[in-house]
Amino acid sequence: MPDLAIRENSLGRLASAARTIPAAMLTVLPDAAKLLFRGRPSSIDAAGKAFGIALPMEACRFATSGNRTAYWLGPDEWLLQAVGEDSAALFAGLAAALAGHSQSLVDVSHRSDAFALSGPQAAYILNHGCPLDLSLQTFPVGMCTRTIFGKATIMLSRPAPEVFHIDAWRSFAPYVWQLLDEARSELA
Amino acid sequence: MLLITCPHCGPRAELEFSYGGEAHIARPIDPTGLDDEAWATFLYKRSNPKGVHAERWRHLHGCGRFFNVLRDTISDTIVTTYPAGQPRPALPSDGKENAR
Amino acid sequence: MSGRFRTPSGGRVDRRRTIRFTFDGKSYQGFEGDTLASALLANGVHLVGRSFKYHRPRGIVTAGSDEPNALVGVGVDDAHYTPNLRATQVEIYDGLVAESQNRWPSLNFDVGAVNEVFAPFLSAGFYYKTFMWPRAAWAKLYEPLIRRAAGLGRAPEQPDADRYTQVYAHCDVLIVGAGPAGLAAALATSASGAKVFVCDEQAEMGGSLLAEKTAVIDGLLAADWTAKALADLAARTNVTLMPRTTAFGWYPHNFLGLCERITDHVAKADPKLPRERLWQVRAKEVVLATGALERPLVFPDNDRPGIMMAEAARIYANRFGVKPGDKALIFTACDSAYRAALDLKAAGVAIAAIADLRAAPGGLWVDRARAAGIDVRAATVVTGTSGRLRIDSVSLAKLGPDGRTGASETIACDLLLMSGGFTPSVHLFSQSRGKLVYDEALQAYLPGASVERERSVGACRGISDLDTVLNDGAAGGSGAAQAAGFAGALGGTFAVHTDSVGTDGFIGVTPHGGHPSKTRAWIDFQNDVTAKDVKLAIREGFRSIEHVKRYTTTGMATDQGKTSNMNALGLVSETLQIPVPQVGLTTFRPPYTPTTFGIFAGQSRGDLFDPLRQTPIHDWAVAQGAVFEDVSLWKRAHYFPRAGEDMHAAVARECKATRQAVGIFDATTLGKIEVVGKDAAELMNRMYTNAWTKLEPGRLRYGVMLREDGFVMDDGVVGRMAPDRFHITTTTGGAPRVLAMMEDYIQTEWPDLDVWLTSTTEEWAVIAVQGPLARKVLEPLVEDIDLSREAMPHMSVREGKICGVPTRLFRVSFTGELGFEVNVPAGYGRAVWEAIFAAGKPYGITPYGTETMHVLRAEKGFIIVGQETDGTVTPDDAGLSWAIGKAKKDFVGKRSLARPAMTASDRKQLVGLLTVNPKTVLEEGAQIVADPAQPIPMTMLGHVTSSYWSTTLDRSIALALVRGGRARIGERLSVPMPDGPITVELVEPIFYDPKGARLDA
Ligand SMILES: [Zn+2]
Repeated sequence: MPDLAIRENSLGRLASAARTIPAAMLTVLPDAAKLLFRGRPSSIDAAGKAFGIALPMEACRFATSGNRTAYWLGPDEWLLQAVGEDSAALFAGLAAALAGHSQSLVDVSHRSDAFALSGPQAAYILNHGCPLDLSLQTFPVGMCTRTIFGKATIMLSRPAPEVFHIDAWRSFAPYVWQLLDEARSELA
Repeated sequence: MLLITCPHCGPRAELEFSYGGEAHIARPIDPTGLDDEAWATFLYKRSNPKGVHAERWRHLHGCGRFFNVLRDTISDTIVTTYPAGQPRPALPSDGKENAR
Repeated sequence: MSGRFRTPSGGRVDRRRTIRFTFDGKSYQGFEGDTLASALLANGVHLVGRSFKYHRPRGIVTAGSDEPNALVGVGVDDAHYTPNLRATQVEIYDGLVAESQNRWPSLNFDVGAVNEVFAPFLSAGFYYKTFMWPRAAWAKLYEPLIRRAAGLGRAPEQPDADRYTQVYAHCDVLIVGAGPAGLAAALATSASGAKVFVCDEQAEMGGSLLAEKTAVIDGLLAADWTAKALADLAARTNVTLMPRTTAFGWYPHNFLGLCERITDHVAKADPKLPRERLWQVRAKEVVLATGALERPLVFPDNDRPGIMMAEAARIYANRFGVKPGDKALIFTACDSAYRAALDLKAAGVAIAAIADLRAAPGGLWVDRARAAGIDVRAATVVTGTSGRLRIDSVSLAKLGPDGRTGASETIACDLLLMSGGFTPSVHLFSQSRGKLVYDEALQAYLPGASVERERSVGACRGISDLDTVLNDGAAGGSGAAQAAGFAGALGGTFAVHTDSVGTDGFIGVTPHGGHPSKTRAWIDFQNDVTAKDVKLAIREGFRSIEHVKRYTTTGMATDQGKTSNMNALGLVSETLQIPVPQVGLTTFRPPYTPTTFGIFAGQSRGDLFDPLRQTPIHDWAVAQGAVFEDVSLWKRAHYFPRAGEDMHAAVARECKATRQAVGIFDATTLGKIEVVGKDAAELMNRMYTNAWTKLEPGRLRYGVMLREDGFVMDDGVVGRMAPDRFHITTTTGGAPRVLAMMEDYIQTEWPDLDVWLTSTTEEWAVIAVQGPLARKVLEPLVEDIDLSREAMPHMSVREGKICGVPTRLFRVSFTGELGFEVNVPAGYGRAVWEAIFAAGKPYGITPYGTETMHVLRAEKGFIIVGQETDGTVTPDDAGLSWAIGKAKKDFVGKRSLARPAMTASDRKQLVGLLTVNPKTVLEEGAQIVADPAQPIPMTMLGHVTSSYWSTTLDRSIALALVRGGRARIGERLSVPMPDGPITVELVEPIFYDPKGARLDA
């Protein structure tokens, strides 16, 4: 039986040819197990306990502990991300803990790929297609949201003042990367 | 481009939203109990007012929730937004309209 | 040397930096800081273009973006060429290549000027009246004629080589205009700490202050005060100064479009920089400080080169150090032209006289002019001008108290300056849907009630004296900061020493005593509209200015009537004897000045125009030489030609291989949704026509989804993975719409259901392995799954592993053969595909594309939503009645299916078509009729929805929707085509293996 657990990232080829532009760096983020959790309020505590991070109840916020992050995506929707973990094991553990609860858990580990845009001009470059006000007052560190970039939906989060993480569905990720790369040309 | 306040996420650019038609048109509980005209009214008849319009929007590229918006169709002014399922809020001008 | 008309000193140009440029192939010199207009004037060039309709010689009229005449094309080659730029805004640089427009063969001799001879035939409404009939003449005769004769600039034929970018930005206060009001507003509002953007369309900020020589502000000369104010603002980190940036459009909720010109003024631009940047600014508050534009006077032959706005001439003299002529005559209705006359005189221009329309001009400025020895003539009008390519004389006449003109006197001059007062620039305010209010005293429309969060300050709201303008700006800036939530703005007052020029003015046509039908006084220079045209429109019954505008085209040129609208209103008002507000007002629309297509496209060009969605298997298909087709945003392999094969041959080979051995197909683009929750089956029952309750886990079912109006919206195979978990597939293009509709019902109609949706379209790569040998290929690769016929029948799904990775393995077929669809996590898609392909090699596995997929499914009569359906097809029309759960009380669309029109027997129904000549392949979309000899319009019975050559059957096949089609099976109908009608026989819509034996193999 061949073992083919060699995962292909949709940004692999672009990332290997990426330009070094310190004012706005593009870097692929490591693969992660990602589960999409949706459910009734009564199930949220159990999900947080099983995942090891209380799910953020404030809109558009994420909480991180070690390699795991829980992103608020909607009032009944969180993305549970565990960098470098096996999604099947994570899924099984959570599913067991949530048995009997009114909820939905779906493995979306391969649905999207993620990359970082970082540097002093990151927000300016991101605004080439993203209509959000990215000032630290309105988009502080710790914020996350689905939004739009050009003609693609992305999940945007800000782990540090000059670092944005962009999670995009596989077939949109190269477009988002290339559009940002085009925009940062003026900083090269 | 409109600036629409999602009840969950706050003010966001119109690009993040999709429009969902007139609000407060509930699907009949028992469609088979309706005659053809009543069903056609549910399907097709809309108020299309010149003035304040209660309409549905969805924060499609955001939290994904449907919610309702009171928007003035003349000026595009958004009077208020409120979660789906809540009744249409009363406006100061509502009383005057009723009096006429 | 930069021209004979350059003053010995003065102005803001850098006289140490000589710039060389060409205009119409001739070399000129100017100074850094010159516009193309100021540099040409310095060289004595006034003639810069030909008019739109009559090809009249035209000169520079203004010094700003309101310029109606001096439109030029700029660029060394077609890849860098921009037509219709205003010479008054083009900054010169070394190597600039500019050319005039709308002339042939040359500017000095233009054949098109023959239109002048035909002028009587080119009156108002000429296009409407003349180019009506015959219709056929439009394409061949009229349109080319009009385009040649009445062209503006030439469109470049090469793709634009420049980069353009678009960026969103947010600020607390956006200030539009950096003249005195805007600068005062910026100083006040930014002191509060608010984030402030200040944009101005000019290269240098300061507006009217840049041409001011005597005014003193807070103890500083205007120019010094301006420099200090700009330095102060630049030093504040919360302020962004944006010169060369035009706020061209106002969109709802304080969203403004700003075009920043970045490289146009640079000889050797940094190739990394965009030529222009579109700023899409959302501002909490907007301060409009857009100033006012001087109005021309409308008098006979007021359009010759050398006739210019008085204030423009003052700007050329004071700001650019250019004398616009040697000897000027001034025609005015206000005091500001006296100020211009004095400044020009100081610059060395002889002033022949000032003709003042007013009966008894007086006061400070008039006294100063007289004291300076200028011949001031009250109650005097211009009755005509002469000079072919440049004005050489002006006729003046006294205006009697009765409005009649006396005897005329001719005065030689090479410059005629005019001023009818100032029109506030209310364009952006009006675009914001604010109401304009007419001010009788000022003869101007001013901003009234606001709709958006904005305020106007300074001249754009009718305030004209420098001290009040500055103080108004400061108060507005302070108010805007407060409204944006910032206290501490400084709304201080300014100590200003200047002299008022008052607010006199005139709108309409000045009295001239000429014969109305023989005199041409231009209202709209750019569109060549005269007072006579406007009067004709009124005589022909047009009353509203909206109608007069469209009939005469006044105000409809690229300058949107900046210099002409008020005079047109005045003329209509006077002619109809009704007040100006009753004439109405035309609508101001974006863009304020013409804007390149480049900034609207931005970075959305070439491969970045749209996301090019690719599956994990895409690169493999590329390497195999696949030809791709676009399916929504996806790139899908259309077919895999081998050397020497065309599409027909490739598809024939792919079909044959799949039917006889095994084919492999990338079905990753199918939409997928995971439906999870204890009410999942209940939701499925409500959303799909089918019944789901009894579907067991591990089984698949073909589902049909309707819209509430009863028409087929989508279809797809659905797997039940667990009692509370379904795996839905949708059409490739339908995934977002299906998800949105299901979310809508869950969120807004049935929030009590315990069920949630998650899009899994991109989670799974889907590899279809189809054909009699499919099982043999897959068997060695899977773990924990028994693929045998008994263990895994048609329409079942199993979870396990393939090639070591998790899979949801569907036994399903869209080809009619034994088939599997292997779902694996997308990141493993390529590896698993290659492993299956390798395992299939001994069996002759053949990759096939969407074309083969289409042929194979059509042979089986499987519909494709969007091809056999078009949004007006019911399940019964499509032959899908069997998929309707008859016992279900309700599902989305069910009630609509009971409406009378939905059950009529003559609805278009799906049938198969066989051409009587088996070699004839019908055209998709072709109409079907009973009698091809029937006179047109024939009775159309239906249309062909799918048509292919079937290699399997060695003949053509087609699917069609035909009125009452099922009852017509066996009949012959006709498909009329240009080469004659094609006879077809209606058959059941299934051509191959009707019993489905191969599926169950
Ligand atoms: Zn939201």
